[in-house]
Amino acid sequence: MIKISNVSKTYPGGVRALNNISLQIEDAELYGCIGPDGAGKSTLFRMIVSLLIPDAGTIEVNGLDIVSNYKQIRSKVGYMPGRFSLYPDLSVKENINFFASIFNTTFEKNYHIIKDIYDQLSPFSDRPAGKLSGGMKQKLALCCALIHNPEVLILDEPTTGVDAVSRIEFWQILAGLKASGMTIVVSTPYMDEATLCDRVSLIQGGEILTSGTPVQITEAFPAALFSVRTRHSMYSLVEVLRQMPEISSAFLFGQAIHVVSKDMTLTSEMLQAMLNQSQYEEIGVSKITPTIEDCFMYLTDQTNISHG
Amino acid sequence: MDREKVIEVKNLVKKFGSFTANDNLTFDVYKGEIFGFLGANGAGKTTAMKILCGLSKPSSGDIRIVGYDVYHETERIKNSIGYMSQKFSLYDDLTVWENFRFFGGIYGLSRKEIESQTQLLLNRLGIWSYKDRIISSIPLGWKQKLAFSVAIMHRPAIVFLDEPTGGVDPVTRRQFWDLIYQAASEGYTVFVTTHYMDEAEYCDRVSIMVDGRIRALDTPENLKSTFDCQDMQDVFIKLAREAKYQ
Repeated sequence: MIKISNVSKTYPGGVRALNNISLQIEDAELYGCIGPDGAGKSTLFRMIVSLLIPDAGTIEVNGLDIVSNYKQIRSKVGYMPGRFSLYPDLSVKENINFFASIFNTTFEKNYHIIKDIYDQLSPFSDRPAGKLSGGMKQKLALCCALIHNPEVLILDEPTTGVDAVSRIEFWQILAGLKASGMTIVVSTPYMDEATLCDRVSLIQGGEILTSGTPVQITEAFPAALFSVRTRHSMYSLVEVLRQMPEISSAFLFGQAIHVVSKDMTLTSEMLQAMLNQSQYEEIGVSKITPTIEDCFMYLTDQTNISHG
Repeated sequence: MDREKVIEVKNLVKKFGSFTANDNLTFDVYKGEIFGFLGANGAGKTTAMKILCGLSKPSSGDIRIVGYDVYHETERIKNSIGYMSQKFSLYDDLTVWENFRFFGGIYGLSRKEIESQTQLLLNRLGIWSYKDRIISSIPLGWKQKLAFSVAIMHRPAIVFLDEPTGGVDPVTRRQFWDLIYQAASEGYTVFVTTHYMDEAEYCDRVSIMVDGRIRALDTPENLKSTFDCQDMQDVFIKLAREAKYQ
């Protein structure tokens, strides 16, 4: 279990990275910290792995305090930083051996933990890590974070810059690790990855916007949401929708426009009728369930308003 | 079609030793088009982009950027294009205005041109009052919008955007695409890579690279019907998977 209580951190120069964050991550949970660059995710993760000390508040990892028990924590935690941090001129195998020896273990002894991931890397075992493709680098970094058989795995944006197919594969690997009982905390700027976690926190500007299971978060969406499609210019239709007094926001979501009402009483029939009066034809309107991205955008918008 | 071609690629091949990174690419990009350049990691996108920007020479093929040849006229190419990526955009320890002045100077703009372009572009973003702020104190989303403005300040024919919205919050990501649309409507050609498949839907045409080749190139609408998919995410996964497990 990871217990984060009232944690704040301000960097020299005045940038407040985290502002009074509290959350609890259970054993064998796959927990997601979802937010853009600069939200404070990396700061939080560096504290959990004992590389950074909070200005205020406490963090416990499996009962150990990150400040007073930092040595014990380091052997229990596997950490994959956001930036590629392996030795580019060592081979795949040498990198894993290096990380194993730091933790007084060997590749052979803990091979069973990384087997599924390493098998995909083994054709390149003699290649320098710096010469691997992005997807392979990421798999190697995961092997190095796992080779000492940690109880807790902390992954800072493992899928950033990774293509859609490799992202799916990576999440399948995480599901396998979770099944083995490992506690996993992962951060990502990709909102769609939230649904692959047991629970998530949406984070922006050093604050938690909301936490819960993905379903709890989407069910708490406090307005009506519609998908609007047209064969004509979506861009100009967005502007038309934004001018309507009943609408609080309208944004492009791929091939549709997601439209948020100001109150719950708006129905798709009403919105359809309003749009039929405009010069647009062949408009399709349907009420939809919000995605995590809709929730994130709604919550950040509210934050902006309340902050003036 | 009589549309003006700003990128012409015929039989582009790039080899590194025995490895073929770009295997006979042929495509054109038209003036004012938003062209999405997609592909899995390692498919050869970066290699091709470097050649199109005049930073690397192809092994063979006939490639022209705004009419200039990539073998002999790379300096002219560099003057005709703008480039921005998530990794390299602006100098953190310079102010907004100093960044514009620096990049304007590199592109050979006169002092007067730098001033008028900076004023025009900052006013368009509504942040003229931020001109003396240090870049490191500006939120990432704004930094990316500024980097885009700097990339087009010398009025290049083409602007190359390499994952411009990576890590950016969802609202800013959409505002960034507003800028892309605006630039395209003014005649700029936009060549963009992204891992966000919803953004692929916003492109006029999209190419998808798989194992060094262009596996598909069409409008998002046509790609979805050709491959019988609901959205571009499905198209991408279908094509990228097909390659990996052959």
